[in-house]
Amino acid sequence: MESNAMTHLARGAFLAAAALIAMPSAASAQQKTLDAVKQRGQLVCGVNVGLAGFGAADDKGIWTGLDVDYCKAIAVAVLGDANKVRYVPTTTKERFTALQSRELDVLARNTTWTIARDSSLGLSFAGVNYYDGQGFIVKKSANLKTGKQLAGATVCVQTGTTTELNLADFFRSNSLQYKPLVFEKLDEALRAYAADRCDSFTTDASGLYSVRLQMAKPDDHVVLPDIISKEPLGPVVRQDDFQWFTIVKWVHFALLNAEEAGVTQANVDQMLASANPDIKRLLGKEGDFGKGLGLDNDWAYRIVKQVGNYGEVFERNVGADSRIKIDRGLNRLWNKGGLQYAPPIR
Amino acid sequence: MAASTSIRPGRRAWLTGYIYRPEVRQAVYQVVLLAALAFVVIWVVNNVAENLRRQNIASGFDFLGRTSGFDVSQSLIEYSNLSTYGRAFWVGLLNTVLVAVLGIVAATAIGFVVGIARLSSNWLIARLATAYVEIVRNLPLLLQLFFWYFAVLKNLPSPRQSYVLPGGATFNVRGLYLPAPVPQPGFEAVAIAFAAGLLLAIAVWRWARRRQSLTGQRFPVFWTALLAVVGLPLAAFFAAGSPLGFDYPVLRGFNFEGGIPVLPELIALLLGLSMYTASFIAEIVRAGILGVPKGQTEAAQALGLSRGQSLRLVVIPQAARIIIPPLTSQYLNLTKNSSLAVAIGYPDFVSVFTGTVLNQTGQAVEVILITMGVFLTLSLVTALCMNWFNRRMALVDR
Repeated sequence: MESNAMTHLARGAFLAAAALIAMPSAASAQQKTLDAVKQRGQLVCGVNVGLAGFGAADDKGIWTGLDVDYCKAIAVAVLGDANKVRYVPTTTKERFTALQSRELDVLARNTTWTIARDSSLGLSFAGVNYYDGQGFIVKKSANLKTGKQLAGATVCVQTGTTTELNLADFFRSNSLQYKPLVFEKLDEALRAYAADRCDSFTTDASGLYSVRLQMAKPDDHVVLPDIISKEPLGPVVRQDDFQWFTIVKWVHFALLNAEEAGVTQANVDQMLASANPDIKRLLGKEGDFGKGLGLDNDWAYRIVKQVGNYGEVFERNVGADSRIKIDRGLNRLWNKGGLQYAPPIR
Repeated sequence: MAASTSIRPGRRAWLTGYIYRPEVRQAVYQVVLLAALAFVVIWVVNNVAENLRRQNIASGFDFLGRTSGFDVSQSLIEYSNLSTYGRAFWVGLLNTVLVAVLGIVAATAIGFVVGIARLSSNWLIARLATAYVEIVRNLPLLLQLFFWYFAVLKNLPSPRQSYVLPGGATFNVRGLYLPAPVPQPGFEAVAIAFAAGLLLAIAVWRWARRRQSLTGQRFPVFWTALLAVVGLPLAAFFAAGSPLGFDYPVLRGFNFEGGIPVLPELIALLLGLSMYTASFIAEIVRAGILGVPKGQTEAAQALGLSRGQSLRLVVIPQAARIIIPPLTSQYLNLTKNSSLAVAIGYPDFVSVFTGTVLNQTGQAVEVILITMGVFLTLSLVTALCMNWFNRRMALVDR
């Protein structure tokens, strides 16, 4: 009888309390995340409750997505096995608390990197695995060309994200009126949009493409060209463990460097014999960079072997080889006109 | 030395005697317990502050003064994205109070009707009321909210094809838009007439009560009072030349503007909450009425009271004593259940404050503490009012 929202609230309260009251033991012992993961033999990874292309479980409970592949890559680097991951679906509201309270080792859940989150949550962003921006989806029948034509419109939005703030900023800076309609869960927000309760639904553009596919008739909906915000999405870790932060950061860089060097899941074994020093260092044939991270020397080889390089991960989950078919755009490598750039391995 | 040894036995006897006095020992235990409790509280608070600081997580209540930057779909007070988080707190709180108050009124009304209907001698009415109670009481509230919200939403027309209701109201998928009354010069007379009518009604009631206790003669107080409270302002209204305009909702672009908008979320939430809670109240009312012995009604009739009088003067005051305490818990449940609003997009306190504000500031400990404080306060205030009412209705021993 004491409703679901109350249990939800209670969960939030519990997490907060658990994080802060029961901590002295954890703080005094302060076990390193790397050691904890190795001891457990499993990586605990916070993912989206269900966003096609980024983190979603299928009817057999198998998780796929860009963020999910990052969880796998970290597990491969640390434990040598992409299957040694426990996926914890987290809502927008509970994700940071879950990470702070050590329920998670890493949060890979299309989370936007902002100064507020970097500076006041005790968390750090390890990199940007997807450059995104907020957009609008509208019904084709409304015949809109740009976001500025949404004056006076009702816009559905999911709570607990930077989205609400961007939405307000966009209408404020264009001196337009609008009405927000805020839902806790994506499903209800989309149902309200489908029922014509709101004129538009707004979230990160990547999400909009995946949302469009979930509609009864995807062709009745269009994503407007306006991108109203910068949304660099990336994996997040706790601020108090520098070693772990460095590992997650370099797993990301290894994926990028592998793509840049042309090392793919298919050719990685032949590449072991390559004479190119960049590739030799990446795959652990030269130098001992793995040791510095607290990992085996073939950590990056294992990542490419079991998960692939960044380009493969992208195309498989959200790009040309997926149902969503998002253009790589800003997420191309730096030498192909995009923003993805990794420091060298040397 | 000698003096001290000679004193000691006496003092010891006095001391042991003092310690063994039950009231002294009780006081000591309570002081010790209180000190331990205070220590635990201080320890927890210090620990939380220390851990927040060590983890580099912001803390404190300064955020309430910062600009919120987000909008809310329904606000009873002036609010925009330039207002502060503190203002957003009040917006959410008032929205929750609005739902709670309207919900309590509606649930009580429906509950009493259904509860009395269950006792009806009319077979059909009694069975219908039973079916209502058994169905509504036994389905999860969240499910009912989704039903009301999405079932109703699906069947409403778009703003362009709105239903136009008599009196200039429009109803569509974006909500119910009522014409807003705009008082014009001369409307003060109506307000004054209303106040005068109210005073007159109270005066008549007091006079009639005194007359009845002195002479036994009765006076139709209810109808007189109704005439004074409704008739007087109406007369003043027409005498002043109907000084009231209306601001009608007009379709502009995507939505209607003007008038008083009632969100579909609010309607769905009120329907769900009040129907659900009413099914419990109906059972409480039925139990209350059945709890008054039949002999009471028979005795009242033997004294020559009419059916209505015996119900009003004998049965209901006694039933109320049984009804009020469990009714209080239903009111509390309704208030707390209103936090389910977050699921269907109504901007209640949990949605605005514990949702958006929490996420934008990241200050989980403070926001959750405030939220718990708010619901505790709302519940305690409700309980306080009901307890006062209960004391008034309680049997007075003579």
